[in-house]
Amino acid sequence: MSDLIKNIIRFAVFILLQVYILNKLPALHQFIIPYLYFLFILWLPFAIPPIPLMIIGFLTGITLDSFTNTPGLHAAPCILIAFLRPFVIGILTPKDVNEFNYREPSPRSMGWSQYLIYALILTLFHHTYLIFLEWLSFGSFFRFLIKVISTTAISMLMIIVSELLFARRLRFRTNTA
Amino acid sequence: MRNIFLFIRRYFTFLVFIVLQAVSVWFLFRYNRFYRAKGMGVTNEITGWFNSRYNNVEDFFKMKEENKRILRMNDSLINLLSSNFVKNDSTVRIATDSIPFDTLGHYRRYAWRYAQVIYNTVNAEKNYIQINKGSGQGLKDNMGVFSSDGKLVGKIVNVSANYSMIMSLLHVQNNVDVMIKKSRNAGIITWDAKNSKLLTLTRIPKSDQLVIGDTVVTGNFSLSYPPGFMVGTVAEIVKDNSTNFYILKIKPAVNFSDLQQVMIVENLQYADQAQLLEETKKKVEEVKKPAQ
Repeated sequence: MSDLIKNIIRFAVFILLQVYILNKLPALHQFIIPYLYFLFILWLPFAIPPIPLMIIGFLTGITLDSFTNTPGLHAAPCILIAFLRPFVIGILTPKDVNEFNYREPSPRSMGWSQYLIYALILTLFHHTYLIFLEWLSFGSFFRFLIKVISTTAISMLMIIVSELLFARRLRFRTNTA
Repeated sequence: MRNIFLFIRRYFTFLVFIVLQAVSVWFLFRYNRFYRAKGMGVTNEITGWFNSRYNNVEDFFKMKEENKRILRMNDSLINLLSSNFVKNDSTVRIATDSIPFDTLGHYRRYAWRYAQVIYNTVNAEKNYIQINKGSGQGLKDNMGVFSSDGKLVGKIVNVSANYSMIMSLLHVQNNVDVMIKKSRNAGIITWDAKNSKLLTLTRIPKSDQLVIGDTVVTGNFSLSYPPGFMVGTVAEIVKDNSTNFYILKIKPAVNFSDLQQVMIVENLQYADQAQLLEETKKKVEEVKKPAQ
């Protein structure tokens, strides 16, 4: 399956999962909101250049926003993590795009510890910015801090679980590919 | 000039980032202020299509609960039929039908429609409900929304051709005029986004003798809701030491997480009342100005 079709299917699955399952879960606690849709941006191939990456991020965010009726609220953090992603990958695994053995960031291509740091940094940026935008219109600072920590924790948990459950079978890149 | 181009080329990625951020933040604040942005009507149509597909599946699991509510409502209505009473008052006959007014001078003030909920959340700070009727079916902004058993849900804040968005009581910007049924004192209901099972009611004076379980109903002064419909019951009473008012926690009568069918009420005199309010403000302010 080509990367394009695979990612289009992934996009639909992540958005539908977020809108119809995670957003509809009865709230466990006021501070815990499960977010997973941004994993789509974390899973995009290494080879995408920065500007198309940000545009994909914007489209992901604005699609979710049109379901939750909050235009811009999720789009802005998605653009931020799409912008930061190349830098974070560059710091954690300083390689050229062509040197990676696999096409996408995953525990297998980056190693578990580096992949988790990569996911944690971007999750933290995404949630901090998202909850900051919510906080501008409503809430207190204490609430903001607690919410960032608890939503990041629950998102990291879900990322780890989805990596373990749905181990992506990535093709090893050869010179012919 | 050359340096400017070099600068732009060098920081092009960052500039695109800034532009995209500006666009989305602009969307966000514009929408928050006016409740709607251009183009949201179109996306509303698209998300509405997905939501109604999803709703077909969801109905299968929740219709039983809904049927029970409707049965209870029917039960209470059937008891009001005039055929239940043997002795009719023969001197005055009140006819109420869908014509705006009859010859006896009874104006119809509220008209009811039904709609189906197709998307609904309770765990955000700003919860919206999407329903499958819109401006094509005669819905407009600011119409009140009640559950199928006549309990307050919220009001319409945005309509597209076939779908509408409702701001539910679980929305931090909601402000509903209500009253305590027993004492008929008016207050304002808000939500602090902390617990989806508790709303906050303020402005009820401490002179009221309240107990836990007292009923709260919609108020007399709202343009969107007819008076006297159930909103919830008092769950917690706190005396605010700094003012002369209670801070009450209200348990909403509606279970927001399993809404399926809703009733939409239109105030037929809404435009009239809103216009009067507007003109009064204008008139009073115009009179004031020369005096100052």
